[in-house]
Amino acid sequence: MSTDPIVRTLTVAAPPERAFEVFTAGMARWWNGEYHLGDKPFVDVVVEPRAGGRWYERDAEGAECTWGRVLAWEPPGRLVLAWQISADWTYDPELVTQIEVRFAGATGPDGAATTRVDFEHRGLDAYGEQAAEMRASLGSPGGWGGLLEAFADKAGG
Amino acid sequence: MTTYGAVLDALGDPTRRSVLELVAERPQPVGELAARLPVSRPAVSQHLRVLKDAGLVTDTAVGTQRVYRLDARGAAALRAYLDRFWDDSLAAYARAVEQDLAPEERP
Repeated sequence: MSTDPIVRTLTVAAPPERAFEVFTAGMARWWNGEYHLGDKPFVDVVVEPRAGGRWYERDAEGAECTWGRVLAWEPPGRLVLAWQISADWTYDPELVTQIEVRFAGATGPDGAATTRVDFEHRGLDAYGEQAAEMRASLGSPGGWGGLLEAFADKAGG
Repeated sequence: MTTYGAVLDALGDPTRRSVLELVAERPQPVGELAARLPVSRPAVSQHLRVLKDAGLVTDTAVGTQRVYRLDARGAAALRAYLDRFWDDSLAAYARAVEQDLAPEERP
């Protein structure tokens, strides 16, 4: 039994170098600030620019919360991150899902540089295997059930 | 076919959540589950059926009993959530790429 990966393709109006940079160095600019792991909102999201680097958020007081790590760092064409955030939105070193992003340069109809971004979040079966953690998070408002309810509200609204 | 709605409905009932929590502890048969819950065995069976239809538990025959365990497809619910999450996030990302960088953010 395997869970299909989440796959998205989008085209952005910038060359791959910029698309890669905004995805990584500029993550705090586009990441929804409601989704933070620490007690306080983050002021920055850091993807260390090397394979093996850390991926973490940092709040205004300098406190850091790990999100995962960098598995492949190949600017401007390819990035693979280990997303180690569990169903109840906390870091779990035992959990590893992968996010792979590929950036391919193209030319738009007006001759301007564009980038095709191929995004994939895979390895989602790891969530199903987390029986103990799933149990722990089912009952709590901030847990899996709460997350799903919040999602349902948003989807229905 | 596991749908997001089915998962949400399945988790909406407190007794059903209790059934699921017990199954999550370890695989076990209906009788054992019923013994640990303040509801009848047929009621537990009914809850298990809903959980199974939602892809949250699965059952296997062991001798004369059916043993229930968590279904890895329960990940389907989280996947549905992440699906939406990435839609929103990648749209925000595309907008950020297409905006001018503030001067202090230039490399």
